[in-house]
Amino acid sequence: MVKRSNEPFWWALFGAGGVVAALCLPALLFMTGVAFPLEWLAAPDYESLYGLFENPLVRLAILAIVSLSAFHWAHRFRFTLYDGLHIKHLNAPVALFCYGSAIAFTGFAALSLYTF
Amino acid sequence: MTYGRYQKYHPWLYEPRFPILWWIKKWAYIRFILREMTSLAVVFYAVVLLLYVNAVSDGPEAFAAFTAWLKSPLSISLHAVAFFFLVFHSITWFNLAPKAMVIHIGAKKVSGSVILAMNYLTWVVVTVGLFWLLTF
Repeated sequence: MVKRSNEPFWWALFGAGGVVAALCLPALLFMTGVAFPLEWLAAPDYESLYGLFENPLVRLAILAIVSLSAFHWAHRFRFTLYDGLHIKHLNAPVALFCYGSAIAFTGFAALSLYTF
Repeated sequence: MTYGRYQKYHPWLYEPRFPILWWIKKWAYIRFILREMTSLAVVFYAVVLLLYVNAVSDGPEAFAAFTAWLKSPLSISLHAVAFFFLVFHSITWFNLAPKAMVIHIGAKKVSGSVILAMNYLTWVVVTVGLFWLLTF
């Protein structure tokens, strides 16, 4: 019997994360990490951010963004080490580390966003 | 790859190890590795975004402390580098999409350039939407 591969599952998460990251992250990083700190743009004040994040739909969207981004990293970085840098002898521990980190991060994100 | 428990011959021991910097000699290879490395920028910002929301959740003092860190030269440099990697990710991702997905409308195949244009249009709309959301 052929052992069923779980690669398509990780690939689907990688793909979804790639789309979400490509669409959302440049704008978000540019604002929170560059334009607001350097005062190129007026940063939102604390109350309006709190109001924004109080919305469960916004927090759900943030969970999707950060979690799928983490799974995107996990899959791509695993193959960067494997195919890109040819670190093939550590395949199993690398996969465990990458997917394990993404799962743990998702759990932490879900918990902290749920208890906002 | 499985080998017998008592097998003396382990082929992987004799495979030549690839030099880890094999890609440094040619721009096309460097670009490949840079594209692969964009995932580090993606996960970096995923962590920062979650910390950002958590700082707001923890109260005004925690948020002020986090904002102060975001203004530090270290943070600005990290974000500036990560920004270029993220844009590189977006461009390479959208450019590859027409090769990865085939869309049909009725019996007709949607051409690659249409998919490409739709991708970039969606990127612009999402970007404008996020700016509108955060700068009010």
